[in-house]
Formats: sequence, structure tokens, C-alpha cells
Amino acid sequence: MTTTILFLLFALVTLAGAIGTVTERKLFHAALWMLLSFFGVAALYVLLEAPFFAAVQLFIYMGAIGILIIFALMLTRGSMREGGPYLNDQWWLVALLAVVLLVVVGWLLWQQYGSVMAVHAVDEGSLVQLGRVLSEQDGYALPFEVASVLLVMALIGAVTIVRER
Amino acid sequence: MMGVPLAWYLILAAALFCVGLYGVLSRRNAIATVMGVELMLNAVNVNLLAFWRYTEPGGMTGQAFATFVYAVAAAEVAVGLALIVAIYRNRDTVDLDQINLLKW
Amino acid sequence: MTIHTLLPILTALIPLPPFFSFLLIVLFFNRWKRVSHSIAIGAMFISFLMAQVVFWSVIGMGGHALAEHPIHVEIPWLPAGATALTMGVLVDPLGAFTLFFVSITCLCIFLYSVGYMSEGGRHYDPRYSRFFAYISLFATGMLGLTVADNMLMLFIFWEIMGLCSYLLIGFWWEKNYPDPRQITPRQAGLKAFMTTRVGDVIMLLGIAYLYTATGTLSFRQVLNESTLHHLASMASVIPGLSAAALIGLLLFGGTVGKSAQFPLHVWLPDAMEGPTPVSAMIHAATMVSAGVYMAVRMFPLLQVGFDAHHGQLSAPMVAMAVIGTFSAFMAATIAVAQNDIKKVLAYSTISQLAYMVAALGIGAYVAAAFHLVTHAFFKALLFLGSGSVIVGSHHEQDMMKMGGLLKRMPITAITFIIGGLALSGFPILTAGFWSKDEILAAAWSSNQVVFWVLAIGALLTAFYTSRQICLTFLGEPRSDHAAHAHEVSWTVYVPLIVLAVFAAGFGFIGVPEHFPVIGPLINNNLFHHFVGATIGELLPHGEEGFNAVPLLISVLFALTGLVGGWLVYGRRPLAAGQPDPMVRALGPLYPVLKNKYYVDEFYNAVLIQPTIRLARAVYQWVDRGLIDGILHGVAKGSFQAARGNRWFDKTVINGGVDAFVAFFQRLAREARLVLQTGQVQHYLLQVLFFVCAFAALYVILWLRQLGG
Repeated sequence: MTTTILFLLFALVTLAGAIGTVTERKLFHAALWMLLSFFGVAALYVLLEAPFFAAVQLFIYMGAIGILIIFALMLTRGSMREGGPYLNDQWWLVALLAVVLLVVVGWLLWQQYGSVMAVHAVDEGSLVQLGRVLSEQDGYALPFEVASVLLVMALIGAVTIVRER
Repeated sequence: MMGVPLAWYLILAAALFCVGLYGVLSRRNAIATVMGVELMLNAVNVNLLAFWRYTEPGGMTGQAFATFVYAVAAAEVAVGLALIVAIYRNRDTVDLDQINLLKW
Repeated sequence: MTIHTLLPILTALIPLPPFFSFLLIVLFFNRWKRVSHSIAIGAMFISFLMAQVVFWSVIGMGGHALAEHPIHVEIPWLPAGATALTMGVLVDPLGAFTLFFVSITCLCIFLYSVGYMSEGGRHYDPRYSRFFAYISLFATGMLGLTVADNMLMLFIFWEIMGLCSYLLIGFWWEKNYPDPRQITPRQAGLKAFMTTRVGDVIMLLGIAYLYTATGTLSFRQVLNESTLHHLASMASVIPGLSAAALIGLLLFGGTVGKSAQFPLHVWLPDAMEGPTPVSAMIHAATMVSAGVYMAVRMFPLLQVGFDAHHGQLSAPMVAMAVIGTFSAFMAATIAVAQNDIKKVLAYSTISQLAYMVAALGIGAYVAAAFHLVTHAFFKALLFLGSGSVIVGSHHEQDMMKMGGLLKRMPITAITFIIGGLALSGFPILTAGFWSKDEILAAAWSSNQVVFWVLAIGALLTAFYTSRQICLTFLGEPRSDHAAHAHEVSWTVYVPLIVLAVFAAGFGFIGVPEHFPVIGPLINNNLFHHFVGATIGELLPHGEEGFNAVPLLISVLFALTGLVGGWLVYGRRPLAAGQPDPMVRALGPLYPVLKNKYYVDEFYNAVLIQPTIRLARAVYQWVDRGLIDGILHGVAKGSFQAARGNRWFDKTVINGGVDAFVAFFQRLAREARLVLQTGQVQHYLLQVLFFVCAFAALYVILWLRQLGG
């Protein structure tokens, strides 16, 4: 019972934040709405009994990515002051398609997974297990390393692109 | 204790995805587009973790996958925003309607 | 192997050395003058030796034996149905003597040509080697004709000689004259060829008719009793003429052409444009003689129907007698009014050949053959002498500008005088006397008209000959050229001397048995019996005894002519610039004679100009108008069709394709403009669109599957 109410509450928060993000004219406010949406997702992760990811969500998304976006907003502030439309001329088609897509997919999902309920409780040592699986050779060690390489590349790439000549 | 059907999470994720999609495709500002992309990635993660919880919480596949999605998202945001800043420096605008050189 | 088994092979080989000489010079040695003339003379000498061997071998056999068993060999050559045309050689008495004189005169003329064509070694003609090649080929022709055993082979060599005549008359083809009416060597060669061609075609008709009537062309097979009898009884396409008579007339046509008798005589005087050795050899001694030779050979056929005792001549004989007599007289009259040294001799040749033809016409074929041989000697001598005069006096040919050459060119002068006396028939000492007298004697006993005309012709002959000698050699030189004349070289006067010996001495083998004093001294009229055996005795003449009347008349006329000529021209030789006394003496007749009775002009007006005009008309209307018109029409039509095709190609096809392509290009351009905006969000929308489409598809399929 509680779970349901909590779910509905945080789902609402998340969606509200998302919609706010995409409909807010002022960009800074949009970014704040986005942060709210991230928070809602983190709460949902707690409900899904994945506390680690809730933490990660807060650190990475709200912390790093959100701040990064705000920095970018500030760095590109000049031309986007006020005025002018904030939507391009295909927004209505996109809205339509998005709605259609949502309706169809949603209906399909309801058909398929409408009656699937949660299984038994999760084991407590899931974090240790995650760590173990990410470093085991026949686990996900290779993807882990590749991900590290990806991050390094991204770092180097970003620095290179943005470097002042 | 009565839980929430999986479908609810999945529908939420779908809704989040579609909203993010709308944001990507209809906003003029490049950074607003990036924000929409982040929403979509969030939706993906929700999807992944919901499935993990509801079908096989013992296995780590779902979580591992979610981890990688985070890594990728971070990398992508970094590079993407770097690009946007570079473009801003070059063209003095981040209006996507005016960045139309990707054609022949 | 005795000489007698060799003889047929030897005979067959006689025409070959000059042919090889021709080939060698033409193919390899054209550039080396001395090598060329050595090859030519060497080859001719080999043929000469072989001919002499053959001649002297058969002469001992006696006429009758040789006539019955002549040297003969033949091989089948060209299969023609059941039978085959053959190639072969035949030496009978007539052929033997012909070989004798042809080989001697040709050899002399070959040697003479060395000196003539190089002007004594001083100035070689640029086409010196070619000249020797041509005369070698010609010698092949004449020798081949002499030994031929059938009409076809004779005709082949006849034509070879015709070709050489054309080539040699026009040897200096680049020579042109300022006066357009004066014939150039090129034109003269063509004229000779065309005119003799007329005769040759007639002769070919005769040959063809002979072949169809008898199925053979071999002399031995045609000229025997049974075949001739068969031909005599066969009727021909012309009513009143037997096949034999018609064939004879047609064959005689060849003689008229080749031996330059009226009306086909017009080519011979103009043939004098060729070098003098050519004139000597071809147009005096050999080729023109070939016409008479052929007639003598075919005489058995020509005289079918001849009855000597009743004076009945066959049709061909009538033709020969008439044409011969007329030509003899006509040519002699023209010769009197000619000033060119060679032209006089040309008309003289026509005249003398006419004597032979006339002799045949009255049946005296032995006399004709005898005169053939003697004429070859003295006419060749006269021509070569005139050539020596021409070259020695630096190409002066007008007798009115000569004179006094006796002192300056003694050898030429004396040999020329000997030849001239022979031509005139100077009694006893010259060969011409014996042969001409035999003809006149035969004429006296057969036809008085013929006799008197020939006798007057003899008078004129003597007169113009004496005129020629006096104008050329006596008196004082009438021009610088004559004043500086000199002998040319030994190659020129040695042949003159050789021929002079024959011109003087050859006659003695033909002295009739009953001739006073000399007759019995000399071997029994060797020539008459030997050659006469070829056919057999026809005229009632030798046996009857000797008739002095025609002899005396001919001697009288000859001497009168000679003395007359001397009186007019020799006693008081003309001075330079003094006109010919004949001009005033003959008065209005002189221009007629000088212009050869205007025969050429007549032919030109009646035959040549209309032909040219017809040819031109055909060219204009048929060739250019009709044929070219059709061609141009077809060409234009094709061109128009092509243009239409091109229009279709350009407009319809190209246009169609271009329009088709343009449509799609426009379509693509519009699409590109719409789809390719450069804005990423638009591209992403396109992706989304397709994603939705696919999703819809899957959903529908899934639903169907659910429902089904």
C-alpha cells in the first residue's frame, strides 16, 4: 500500500520535472526542473531497492551532469537572453509522434507486463556482488575497462574541443 | 505487501522517454536538447533497474548494465557540452535552427 | 642425237633468248646501259645462231622433202571441248627463209641501235635500256610468229608485236610540237595501235570463223586438200561467198592493217615519229612483213577457187590484187612530194608491200615471198642509212636542208645508194631487181592492168628514190647541220655494210632458170623451187620459157625513173632555199600529193570527230547525267534519311530521355531541399518517424498473430 502511494508520488515528481524541463522557456529554470526530475528518479531507485544507484544518481546526474549543464548555460548565455521562440517549427509533429509513441508503447507494456508483480526480497549483499561482477574476468571486467577508456577519451576529447587557441 | 506492477515502472519510463524525446526534437537551444537527452537516459536506467528488480534480482546483469549507462551518459554529456561551447565560440549562437551545415 | 632430232627443239627455242633479255633488262638491269645492250645483242645473237643453224640444216633437204616433212612439233595447250588448242613450231621452206632474213636484219638493227640511241656514245638516250628491252620483246614476237604452227600462236605473237610497235613509236612520248596539226609520238603510237587494231579485229573474226568451220587452227591441218575442199564447199553467211572465201577475206583484213595497205595505211607514215631503228625493224623489215607473211602462209586458203589457166581469181585474191595495185600506185605518188627523209621511205614501204600483196592477188606467191625477203634487206638498209644521216647531221630530217653528204658520210652514202638502187630495181646487180621483175613478169602473163599500174609505180619508185639520193647526198650542203655531218660510229655503219651486201647479192638465188646468160650459171632458181615447194606450182610461168617483154619494160621504166630524178635534182643540185622543182611542175596536184590525198583529214572528219562527239554526248548524258544522277540521287536520299534519323534521335530519343531524367532530377532536388536542411533535429525527426512506422508495423503483426 505504502509502496504504491510512494511510487505514485515520486512518479509524479519525476514527470513533472521532466515536463517542466521541456516546456520551460527560461533555460535556467529548465535546468532546475531537470534536477527535480533527477531527484524523483533517485527516490524511485530507492523504492526499487537499489540504494547504490540512488546514490550514484544523486552524485552523477544531479551533481556532475546537472552542474555541467548549468556551467554550459552560463558559458553560452550571451545570445540566448530573451526573446524569440524557444521551440522550432516542427514541435507539434514531434509532440504528436511522441504522444502516439507513448500511447502505443504504453498499451503494449500494459498488455505484456500488467500483471507482473515483484518477486521476493532482495539479498542485502547486492553491492558487494556488483563489485565482484564488475571485476571478474568472466563477468564484466572487459566492459568495465572499456568504459574507463571511454571516459578517458571523453575527457581528452572534451578538453581538446574546448581548448582556447 | 502489495507492490506495484512492473508495467507501472515501465510506463513511467516510457513517458519519461517520450518527454525527453519531445524536448530533444523541439527545443531551439542546443543545451535544452542535451537536457532532453539526459531525461531519455534516465528513462533507460529506470527501465533497466525495474526489470532487474522484478525479474531477476539475484543476478547482476541489470545493475552492471545500468552502471555502464551511467558511464556513457557522463562521457556523452561532457563531450556534447564541449561541442556546444566550441560552436558557441565559433558562431556566437547555440540556436539549432542556425546550425545547418550538416548537408551537401 | 643427230642434228635433225635436235632441230624441232632448237626451233622452239629460237624466240626465247630475246624474251629473257626483255625480262632481265626490265627487272634487273635497267640502270646499266652497257649491260642492257650487251644482254639484248647477246640474246639476239644466240637466236640468230640458232636460226641460221636451223636454216642451213634444212636447206640441204630440198624443197619438196621439207614441204612434206617439215620440222614440226606441237603440244596440246588449251583444252577446248573435245579437241585442244595446241602450241607448236613449224619450219617449212617459207618459214626457213623468213627465219634467215629476220634473224640477220634484227641482229643488224640491234647492233645499229647501240650507236643510234647513244649518238655514237656521245649522248645516251635517257631510256636507253628500256629501248633494248622493247626491241628484244619485239624480236621475240617476230621470231615466234615465224615459227608458229597454228593461227592462234601466230596471232598471239602478232599482238605482241603490235604492243611493241605502240611502245616504240611512242618511245619519246614527252616530245611535243608547237604546230597542233603535227602529230606527236604519243599520238602516232595510239594511231598505229588503233588502226592496226581495226585490221586485227577483222583477222580475229576470220580466225574464229576458221575455227568454228574446221575445229582446228593448225596450219598443217587447215591447209591440206580435204579441209580446203570442205571449206570451199561450205556456204558462208554472205551469199555468193564460200566459207573459204570469206575466211580468206577476213584474214586479209589483218594484212591490210598490219602491212599498211589502203585504207588502213594511215598509221605507217606517222609511225616515223619513233626512233629510226624502230622504223627500220618494225616498219620496214619485219612487222609489216608479217602481214604479207601470214597471207603467204594462208595462201592455199586464199586461193581456193583460183584457176590459173582460165584467169579466174578467188574473191580474196581479187581483193588483194585491187588493194595491192591501188596502194602501190597511191603510195608511190605521195612519196614523190615528201620532204622528210623518213616519210619518203615510209610511203615507199607501203608501196613495196602493196607489190607483194598484188603479187599474191594474181597468184604469184613465190614472187611475193621473194620480194618480201629482198625488200626486208634493202628497206632496212635504207632506213638505217637515213637514221645515220639524221644523227650524223644532228637531227636534221628535212631533205631540202641536206646535201653534200656524199663527201662527209661516205659509208652511209654508198650503202644508201646501193639500197636505193635495189629499191628502184636496178638491173642485175641488185636484189630488188630480181624480185620486182618476177612480180612484173607474173603480172604480165595474168593481168595487164595490174602490170601497167605496177610498172608505172616502179617508175615513180625509181624517180623518188633518185630524188632522195640526189637531195641528200649530192650537191652542196644546204644548211649548217648538213655541213657538219659526220659518220656516227662503227656500230652504225657496220650493219649498213652487211645489209648492203645482202641487198646487192641476195637476188642471185632467185634468178629464173631461163634468164639469158646468168640463169644457167646460177643454181637452178633455188629460191623459186625451194619456197615454191611449200605449196606447189600454181602459175603457168616458169615452164613456159622466158618472156623478155616485161623484163625490158621494167628495166626501161626503172632506168627512166632514176635518170629523170638525176636530171631534175642531181645535174644541177639545188641550192639552199631553192624550192623543189616538183612544186611548179605538178602545179595543183602537188598539195594533194603532199597532203597524202587528204585521207587523214577525211578519216578525222567522218570517223573520228563523230566518235568523239558521240563519246562526249554519252559522257554528258549517260555517264554524268543518268548514272551520276542516280548515284547523286541515292546519296542525297540517304543523306536526307540520315538527317531525319538524326532529328529523331536528337529530339525524340535524346529529348525523351533528357525530359525523363530532368523530371527525376527535379524531384530529387525538391526532395533534397526538403529533407536535407542541415539541422540535426529535423534529421532526428525523420528517424523518429520511421521508428514509429516500424513500431506500428510490428504492433499490427503482433495483433494479427494474437488474433490468428
